[in-house]
Amino acid sequence: MSSSFVVSLSPHVRTKDSVSSVMWTVVIAMVPAILAGLWAFGISAALVLGLSTAACVLSEWFITVVMLKKPNRLADGSAVVTGLLLGMNLPAGTPLWQVLSGAVFAIGVGKMVFGGLGHNPFNPALVGRAFMLTSFPADMTAWPAPNLFRWNLLQFGGASRYTATLGADAVSGPTALGLVAEGAAHTEGLSAIQGLPGHLDLFLGTIPGSMGEISALAILVGGVFLLAKKIISWESPIFFLAGLSVFTGLFWILDPSRYADPLYHILAGGAMLGAWFMVTDMVTSPMTPRGRMIFAGSAGLLTGAIRLFGAFPEGASYAILIMNSFVPIIDRYIRPTRFGSKQADLSRKGR
Amino acid sequence: MSAPVTESGKLMTFPRGGIHPPEQKITQDQPIQACPLPQEAVVLLAQHIGAPAELQVKVGDQVKVGTLIGKAPGLISANIHSPVSGKVKKIEPRTDASGYPKTAVLITVDGDEWEDSVHESKDFPWNGRPLKRDIQASPEEIRTALANGGIVGMGGAAFPTNVKYMVPPGKTPEYLIINGVECEPYLTADHRVMLELADEVMVGTEILRIALGVEKAIIGIEANKPDALSLMEKKAQDYPNISVQGLVVKYPQGAEKQLVRAITGREVPSGKLPLDVGCVVNNVGTAQAAYLAVQYNRPFIDRVLTVTGTGLSNPGNFLVRLGTPIQQVIELAGGLPEGTGKIILGGPMMGKATGSLDTPVAKGTSGILLLDQKQAKRAAVQPCIRCSRCVGVCPMGLEPYILSELARQNRYSEAESRGIMDCVECGSCSYTCPSHRDLVDWIRYGKARIMANRRKGKA
Repeated sequence: MSSSFVVSLSPHVRTKDSVSSVMWTVVIAMVPAILAGLWAFGISAALVLGLSTAACVLSEWFITVVMLKKPNRLADGSAVVTGLLLGMNLPAGTPLWQVLSGAVFAIGVGKMVFGGLGHNPFNPALVGRAFMLTSFPADMTAWPAPNLFRWNLLQFGGASRYTATLGADAVSGPTALGLVAEGAAHTEGLSAIQGLPGHLDLFLGTIPGSMGEISALAILVGGVFLLAKKIISWESPIFFLAGLSVFTGLFWILDPSRYADPLYHILAGGAMLGAWFMVTDMVTSPMTPRGRMIFAGSAGLLTGAIRLFGAFPEGASYAILIMNSFVPIIDRYIRPTRFGSKQADLSRKGR
Repeated sequence: MSAPVTESGKLMTFPRGGIHPPEQKITQDQPIQACPLPQEAVVLLAQHIGAPAELQVKVGDQVKVGTLIGKAPGLISANIHSPVSGKVKKIEPRTDASGYPKTAVLITVDGDEWEDSVHESKDFPWNGRPLKRDIQASPEEIRTALANGGIVGMGGAAFPTNVKYMVPPGKTPEYLIINGVECEPYLTADHRVMLELADEVMVGTEILRIALGVEKAIIGIEANKPDALSLMEKKAQDYPNISVQGLVVKYPQGAEKQLVRAITGREVPSGKLPLDVGCVVNNVGTAQAAYLAVQYNRPFIDRVLTVTGTGLSNPGNFLVRLGTPIQQVIELAGGLPEGTGKIILGGPMMGKATGSLDTPVAKGTSGILLLDQKQAKRAAVQPCIRCSRCVGVCPMGLEPYILSELARQNRYSEAESRGIMDCVECGSCSYTCPSHRDLVDWIRYGKARIMANRRKGKA
């Protein structure tokens, strides 16, 4: 009788949370942005997102079960998160074979070579995106304008640039950040740029761009949900956006005719998706609140620097990848303040 | 100086870390019931931190309630008295909460005869034990009475109480802090003691305050016990040197260092004791035991404990003689439920699991918690996803994720430099980990190995 009782060390009760509950909560938080992307780009967005997710899940299964002969841990949901995030970072209409290669790269090189869940230094979705941007720069920067019903068969073949398939009534449009970069280079500044979307367009998402990035509102809804669920901590998104605002704001104050205002930079491009879903990735960010402030703030500053002076109009993903590489050193030097590490202060009076 | 009570209901707490596990105080409204005497008492000679008591009886001896059966051999130890009357049947090793066999005196119970010197304390307040409010004893006499009575801390660690009141030269105590926090989920014994033995707790607090030689005693109570909080505040109005401080509900507020920080704002430095910042902390139950020891010459022979668990039909708070097998106390609470998977002595956060229903109640047994088989099963360990929750909840400002890994890899000097010895083993990190990692298990292992190495170095 007595041998039937479990004897183990305390604590004897645990949180109900688990890795999978954390990951699936992140998936739920992405739903508004996904819906906004689907609403804007329709079937072509669904194809990219679906393939990206399926390819990430399958490559993780293949690597763990077939190659490594380990029990599969797909139920933890982390591959789904990577797949969705990668898909949201891509233009709707990206040729599907490119999506497939990006997804395999994200999971294979971004995650599994380091030992799988929890061990990857870089955000796998961003690794996949960086791989695609380097490999297929033309298709990766061909942004369809929102159109629910237009999609193209060549997406399956991927024979050529997406824009080339659109024919005379080209609906492809440059992104807001592309236009802003053009404006900065133009002798007459931003005022010379035609068709620059307003702040409200950016906020609601009626603009060309990667499918998960276009609506700042939809991303914000998901981000606040994650904050409320205590999956992410406030330091990361706030310091990222603050870093971006400081850098872009400085130049905007110096020359508003040439540089867009900080709010524009927050709403445009991948800043919001980066702030709420990339900088906040727990595996690839520091362990202390102060560490996260440094990490996210620097990523924000870097994003601004790349946007204003880099070769690409958008810099959020590279900035975050660069800062990912600093996480070990940040964790080494930024430690929590230990209890009792200060000199005992006996002047304080108890009640 | 009149005692300030919690003006404007301002609650205090410790600032760093902490968790909010479900409180599960299902027995908080159950009055204390006396548990019947066992047929056979199993009295361990080591129910406290420190050296086991030295045996004072032999097989065949007749003992009464209060007879000294184990004598403290040194300072860090405690006397053990017979909690029952009868005949010493056997002296043999018995497994205690630690899982190790310890010498125990088995007494066949016969009637309930008390030593003359303690007979006066036999009754309980609810059947007429008069309150002795006047304190005649000097600090020295109080310490002696605590030592003679075998009084130890009743919060769980069971540290000899008299030792806490021997202030070494160079240390200046300023506050006595009485711990009525009871931050462990499920447990309600301290809560009931405060409600039903409030006057005795008050006089006990006053006794300990005099022993320490300070002007101020503060009783800390968490806000989830509003009835105890207001009753103690009311009682404190008659005691100018005692005040009551309401505290925000947060685990592990009952840990000494966290409680001192919450109430005084002072942080006990790493490796030091509360006394280094002018504080001594004792539990409310200990204060009540001190009252009985000093005013009634009654040794530590029984205690209030909570028997609880969602499967029990009659969970409650019971006054139990030490040495009573837990099986008997569980019977009183409705009997062992079908499908019980784990028996815990103490609370779910820091209590110790026992494999045997024969384990006797000891001085540090604050509760008996029964978990069903589902609750008893640990979830499979997953890889760390660096969510940083363990860092966020650690009340000592440590990094459990790295300490546990360093301990697992036997990298003790690195673990030490990262503060592993500061860990209070509250278990908040393990509780909060979504990957269900055995963080505090490995940290305990590391601490134990470091302590063993230190002892080896000294020898």
